[in-house]
Amino acid sequence: MLTPTIETSEAGTETPRLEIKGVGRDFHTKAGVTHAVSGIDLTIQRGEFVALIGRSGCGKTTLLRMIGGLLAPTAGTIEVDGKSLWRENNHVDSSAITKLGFVFQESNLFPWFSVLDNIALPLKLRGVGKKERRARAADLADLVGLSGFERSYPRELSGGMRQRAAIARALSTEPELLLMDEPFGALDALTRERMNLELQRIVLETTSTVVFVTHDIPEAVFLADRVVHMTPRPGRIRQILPADFPKPRAVDLQTTPEFNDIVRSLRHDLDEEE
Amino acid sequence: MSQSRMLKILPWIVTPSLVVLIVVAWHVIVTTLNVNTFIFPPPAMVWDSLVTLLGEARTWEAVGVTVTEVLIGFSIAVVAGLIVGVVLGKVHWLELSLRPLIVISQVAPKVAFVPLFVIWFGFGLTSKVVLSALLAFFPVMLNVLLGVRSVEQGHREVMQSFNASRGQTFLQLEMRSLQPYLFAGMEVGIVLATIGAIVGEYLGGNDGLGNLVVSAMNSLDAARTFALIILLSLIGLVLYLIVNEAKRFFIPWHESVYGLRNTTG
Repeated sequence: MLTPTIETSEAGTETPRLEIKGVGRDFHTKAGVTHAVSGIDLTIQRGEFVALIGRSGCGKTTLLRMIGGLLAPTAGTIEVDGKSLWRENNHVDSSAITKLGFVFQESNLFPWFSVLDNIALPLKLRGVGKKERRARAADLADLVGLSGFERSYPRELSGGMRQRAAIARALSTEPELLLMDEPFGALDALTRERMNLELQRIVLETTSTVVFVTHDIPEAVFLADRVVHMTPRPGRIRQILPADFPKPRAVDLQTTPEFNDIVRSLRHDLDEEE
Repeated sequence: MSQSRMLKILPWIVTPSLVVLIVVAWHVIVTTLNVNTFIFPPPAMVWDSLVTLLGEARTWEAVGVTVTEVLIGFSIAVVAGLIVGVVLGKVHWLELSLRPLIVISQVAPKVAFVPLFVIWFGFGLTSKVVLSALLAFFPVMLNVLLGVRSVEQGHREVMQSFNASRGQTFLQLEMRSLQPYLFAGMEVGIVLATIGAIVGEYLGGNDGLGNLVVSAMNSLDAARTFALIILLSLIGLVLYLIVNEAKRFFIPWHESVYGLRNTTG
């Protein structure tokens, strides 16, 4: 039962956006060694939206942090556009990490910057001139629906608006790959539903490739082209389910039998764990 | 009237009322108990002394001297406190090895060093500036140290995910998130800097408001001493308000400023 059924999408002629081979991560604690993630193989093509789903402790966030250049793997390789992300001594390859955009569980906006300056921060770090980065940040604020709030401080925004700003910030460098770690986990159900629609629109407009971590099954099936189901101890891929519904998807999709079949099957498998 | 407007005008009613109440009580007690005015002068006598004091040219000279000492001492303390605080905050082994010395120098009664400062730096401005800077240095440095260590992990990861260099992380994140701590240290520091300058003047030299206090005391002029204390308090208040206003200007986003602005108007 624990044998993972690994599906890799058909190898195209292009280099895949993300190629994960045999990735694992051990944590050394006083109690001994914990295998947080082990033997992950996953290939993600350009323009794909992949959701990582699983119970708490299944290693989905750990995996995402390794893809995002925040945590070094203890085994395996991660390639972004055919280029290895991690170099020796746990250093990150800067040409690979600049292709990534990360959205965290918390918005992590800087309270001393306005919304506009927060969105423009990554451009500032890349040495883009003030005028240009402000103009681009204003466009992004518009894209994520924050027009009129450019000069507000983060503390003046609601939770949903803060996450919109965080998404705009991650998009500012036009990343090839957008990594999202339960970005809407702290929002109420209604706001979350609206944010999912918004995210879909933004992703389609920017033709981004996305890896999205969540523990919400309908959210994963609604957003993703493929849902990667992970199981804990050690964190492994158990199965990969396709969710081939045409895009853009409307909220109504969630009431169709096809949608619910996938949700039910995933829920059944998740419940089976212990 | 809305509650927030009430809260806004409340201090403007309470503070003057309390001051009036204290002055009246002072007057009543001193006159009914028939206290010797040499020992405890009534408010009217103090007021007269204050008016006389403010009319004297040498008072304003003394104010100039004292304020100069405070400002120089405070500026040195802020710059040194910021640099030392950041270095100790970033270089962990250095802070660990210096910690005992820091604690000792912090708890040492620095006022006791004034005679030494007078011997080393003379009776002029320098010995007062040194004491003033020394007293204000520690709260600034310790708050900055705390600030450097208090950068949110989530914010660090944002910088990491955008491949920020160490220099960029320092300038865009660390230096900015320590600002509220710096201002907290400065608010304490400006008060201590003022105390340092005055105590320095008490004990050595013949300039500044502290020296005027000593000569008023030597001539057993309690009313004049009171008047000088009031003047010193006003100077301390103005200096504190300047630092407070600077805080509102430089970190309008911080809770201590933003919260205040939005609950009291």
